Amino acid sequence: MNVTKKSTVLVKTVVSLVFALIWVFPVVWLVLSSFKPGDELFTFPLTLFPKNFSIAGYAKTFESYNIVLSTFNTAFITFFATIITLIMSCMCGFALAKYHYKWLSVFFMCMLATTMLPTEVIMSPSFKVILSLGLYNSLWGAIIPTVGTMTGVFLMRQFFISIPDELLEAARIDGANEGRSFVQIMVPLCRSQIAILAIFSFRWRWNDYIWPLLALTNPDKYTMQLQLRTLSGAEAVDWSALLAFSVITMIPVLIIFIIFNRQIMSSEVSSGVKG
Amino acid sequence: MSKKKNTLDRNQGWALLFCAPNIIFFLIFFVWPAVIGLYYSFTNYDGWRNMDFVGLENYIGLFHDSQFYSVFLNTVLYVVVSVPLGMIVSLFLALLLNDEKIKGNAVTRVLVYWPTLLSTIMVGVTWKWIFGESFGVANYVLTSMGLGKVGWFSTPTAAFWTTIIATVWSGCGVNMLIYLGGIKQIPADLYEAATIDGANAWQRFRNITLPSLKPVTFMILLTSMINAFKVFAMVQTLTNGGPGTATTYMIQYIYQIGFTRNRHGYASAASMILFVVLLIISFVQTRMNAKSEEA
Repeated sequence: MNVTKKSTVLVKTVVSLVFALIWVFPVVWLVLSSFKPGDELFTFPLTLFPKNFSIAGYAKTFESYNIVLSTFNTAFITFFATIITLIMSCMCGFALAKYHYKWLSVFFMCMLATTMLPTEVIMSPSFKVILSLGLYNSLWGAIIPTVGTMTGVFLMRQFFISIPDELLEAARIDGANEGRSFVQIMVPLCRSQIAILAIFSFRWRWNDYIWPLLALTNPDKYTMQLQLRTLSGAEAVDWSALLAFSVITMIPVLIIFIIFNRQIMSSEVSSGVKG
Repeated sequence: MSKKKNTLDRNQGWALLFCAPNIIFFLIFFVWPAVIGLYYSFTNYDGWRNMDFVGLENYIGLFHDSQFYSVFLNTVLYVVVSVPLGMIVSLFLALLLNDEKIKGNAVTRVLVYWPTLLSTIMVGVTWKWIFGESFGVANYVLTSMGLGKVGWFSTPTAAFWTTIIATVWSGCGVNMLIYLGGIKQIPADLYEAATIDGANAWQRFRNITLPSLKPVTFMILLTSMINAFKVFAMVQTLTNGGPGTATTYMIQYIYQIGFTRNRHGYASAASMILFVVLLIISFVQTRMNAKSEEA
């Protein structure tokens, strides 16, 4: 009995190790390749590690592909979109959790039913809306349309539901109006939830493609994702620069993940299994 | 009594104030495009000058358009293959990594989850680098094993599978975590009782694990389906829809018709058809959510 148990654990360990390797290989391969000099990228036999370590690809992203500007654009969009998302989601999530009016639940159902319908499906009309609002070719065009995220509202609503109504009642009896009790009592309570939404929002906006694609056309407004897309869609792909560029784009997300991996992974579970 | 009603009304004002930004943005960036999209679908709008009402012409055109059919069928095939495959792999990994006796299972979880944080374009670039026909590591490994090179992007079937592999690789992590959460909620005494009754591992899986995970599975199924239907940037980067239109899926098709060929009316009609498909899926999901919240 004990022997078979030990051997199943061993088999399972080996299998999970194989999966771990399969899953990690593509990115590791990309990162290691980015440090190979141009000619080594395409000469067989391929080696896992670069024979001659080179940062020529990285140098090229600075010289020819203006990575500093696209990083700035992406950071600008990510920062402001996240701030606005946090404020709006907090307010709306609070209202949906703590007030019970017919029109509120109708609005909630409307939004819930449409969260799953992505902008991707209606790109032409969304583009028209951006044009009409004068947001075309402005970084705000990639910010404003994204901030009303239903996922954010939903995340905050779930949290506020778990806060007892008595807290709000007590504040009302003390004569505080709703705005004051929201700002002074409710918001401080949900600091950790706000942090989680901030991480999510950071990742959504940093990796966003659709809204920047629709709103930004001038190369000096490009985000990193648009630049990445331009590089990878070229007739003759400049792999050396593309690999380096790709590695740079994922560094911020990697850093955030290393710091917050526990929170990120557990919030992924709770947003899935609704308790 | 009237005083209470008064404060209630004032609170209603606050509620409206709290929701107002979201309501406004919802109207501007969702309802408005949806409405003009519907309108465009009945016109010959070219994004510039012409916008004449043409009735159902676009829809009739689509129903006679063999390219639309092939794109739609390709998309459905992609969804039907990638979604179940992704779910099976996620469930398998969740069951495997749920065993705390396995060494390094927490690390493996992190490694499997990590690709879900990459942007869709990054996923495309990553696999494009691996499957490169003359320089990719996939063909290098195949040739070193004495097998022939595969035309990953020049043969339709191979290109289809590259999109599936990239999808499963990048999407599994989240679903694995959700499954893990679901597995943790199954009471341990169920398994103990079954073991005492002499049920073997497969019977326990078949009769306890699977039924308990039904709501989670259903949710993952619908979310993955919608995600698969809206796949765009990843495939555009990886295969650019090729060879020919073999891996051109719905969103890319709509994008090309609209922004490359300037047939916004026609593209909008295709959007509306996809819209209806997604609406049905999302409606089912909302109903299921409501049910599970009641329970």
